[in-house]
Amino acid sequence: MEKRLANWGNYPAISCDESTFSQEEQVQDFISTHSSVIARGNGRCYGDASLAQHSVSTLKYDKVLAFDTTKGIFECQSGITLDQILDIIVPQGWFLPVTPGTKFITVGGAVASDVHGKNHHVDGSFSGHIIDMDIITGNKETITCSANNHSDLFWATCGGMGLTGIITRVKFGLKKISTAYIRQKQIKARNLEDLIRLFEEYKDYTYSMAWIDCLKKGDAFGRGILIVGEHATPEELNEQQRKAPLQLAPKRKLSVPFNLPSFVLNTLTVKAFNWLYYLKNTKREINGVIPYEPFFYPLDAILHWNRGYGKAGFVQYQFVLPLEKKEGLVAILQKISDAGLGSFLAVLKVFGKQDSLISFPMEGYTLALDFPVRKGLFEFLDKLDAIVLQYGGRLYLSKDARMKQEVFWQSYPNAQKFADIIKTYNGAKLFRSVQSDRLLLTE
Amino acid sequence: MPTVLILGAGSDMAVAIAREFARNKYDIQLAARNVASLSALEQDLRIRYQVSASSHAFDATDFTSHAAFYRSLSQAPDITITVFGYLGSQEKGQSDWTEAARILHTNYTGAVSILNIVADEYAARGNGTIVGISSVAGERGRQSNYLYGSAKAGFTAYLSGLRNRLFLKGAHVLSVQPGFVYTRMTENLKLPAPLTAQPQDVARDVYRAVIAKKNVIYTKWFWRYIMLIIKSIPEGIFKKLKL
Repeated sequence: MEKRLANWGNYPAISCDESTFSQEEQVQDFISTHSSVIARGNGRCYGDASLAQHSVSTLKYDKVLAFDTTKGIFECQSGITLDQILDIIVPQGWFLPVTPGTKFITVGGAVASDVHGKNHHVDGSFSGHIIDMDIITGNKETITCSANNHSDLFWATCGGMGLTGIITRVKFGLKKISTAYIRQKQIKARNLEDLIRLFEEYKDYTYSMAWIDCLKKGDAFGRGILIVGEHATPEELNEQQRKAPLQLAPKRKLSVPFNLPSFVLNTLTVKAFNWLYYLKNTKREINGVIPYEPFFYPLDAILHWNRGYGKAGFVQYQFVLPLEKKEGLVAILQKISDAGLGSFLAVLKVFGKQDSLISFPMEGYTLALDFPVRKGLFEFLDKLDAIVLQYGGRLYLSKDARMKQEVFWQSYPNAQKFADIIKTYNGAKLFRSVQSDRLLLTE
Repeated sequence: MPTVLILGAGSDMAVAIAREFARNKYDIQLAARNVASLSALEQDLRIRYQVSASSHAFDATDFTSHAAFYRSLSQAPDITITVFGYLGSQEKGQSDWTEAARILHTNYTGAVSILNIVADEYAARGNGTIVGISSVAGERGRQSNYLYGSAKAGFTAYLSGLRNRLFLKGAHVLSVQPGFVYTRMTENLKLPAPLTAQPQDVARDVYRAVIAKKNVIYTKWFWRYIMLIIKSIPEGIFKKLKL
């Protein structure tokens, strides 16, 4: 059935049809009767990666197939979301090896985006924890692959935006925890220099990220709050928490019921940050033990927060620069601050080393911030792209809705190798999206 | 732990109902024509909710197999829910008897055949709950789906009679009248979003109604009033409408 679909950024929105399946034969039937298709999970990538004329939703292909509670190995169909997995594994003393800043993504999406989390510098991205997975490729064959078996298919699928086929089953390793809580430390940084020094100082923490104020100029340029954390031990919990260390009390969720005018969100985030920065953090450092949910998923508590950017939508701009190119980070932040087009807050994170074919992370600084769609924005982002390229960086495909194809081909060193593997497994261009057409990966 | 038998366990609505009861700590017996297709759901229920789950081959239109099927269950279920149904093609069924018969037999005859057997057992033991998922389509025939609608109408009448019969025996019958629901069965229909339920909504309503021993529920609830209006349109006008 024809409908209007957009991903999390509400930009772009296209007219297309979307089918579902709950058995593998059904998706086989679907791809046998369509000349092109892209798999779509929960639609939490921001741009056009899972948009296409024909998409097939994996959300009903969501069964848990096995859970080894001794070894911490989880096996499931690709359409199950991380929040459902957490509900199953946390009470048994296990956690996701890697999680992005929202739990409302599917496992298939986690693989296709090769998601990273606050622990990238310690645990790498999601692909490093996959034991094996099944993919329906272009010749409609289901292939089981892993880092050692059909490794070309495996590596082109991790971060491959669904262009090698439809991921149907994933088996991956979990992380042992003894409580559902995080021992958190928040440290105020006076400026960017200070913040980067703090990242270095606290790099032994498993989890780290920082909020950074994009508008401040002068001495306080790049001021922010570094947030680091570790899974708490039972001894670190208070009496109340210790009664059921692996259970969290259910919480009510707020929701943004309709699209707001786009200035509202910015005003709110300014207030929230200032509150954190000035009031809560009068001390330079504050410590606490908090449930894992607000630590990993602060924005998930507000359903549909994306509507805060209004009907025109927004793009999230996330790039990474090599570690030695700190001056690039300064240059880009300066440009963003001068233009005043972006959100007031950005998220900064230092990635660790990563070997992969087409995944986004590499050792260096990654910065993410939102830009409400408006006149002149795309021209401005093209200028930012040029700086990112100049410093040897690249953009995250899961956030991208607008990068020019040459930026992709110049910034991803394995782009050609990736395109060749797509040809092997998806020669007839059966799997294609608005994004892959735009980036000339399937044109 | 009490046990629920779900007949027609392959559908989206059945998956949601199975999960809803499993979440509330019921053991689940899944039954569908293609038993192999149930193995993933069976595992899923065990792992998510730590209940027992089993899969059984059941063909609604293979009437003669029904008694043996019910006898073969290792545990007689406390609750039996018929979810199976076949929308089919109205247009095809108007001239193709095979299609028409399939619509009638899946939605009506097959349900009667298996529930007769279950009802006898529940009557003999003096307890048990039967849940029939019928449809608001059975409340008034429309040109766009009166084959399906008439079969569901028969089923609705059957459930009401069965409730009457089993009442004195101590067993209960719940009739469920869903309106539009987003499932694979309706994937190609253009459904009005405010009137259309998710399978999980239906499942939650069914569970609550079983616990509260309701007789007839509509889901979403306002379908009761929509159908009241539709049923009150005089036939002279109704026959001219494009419905």
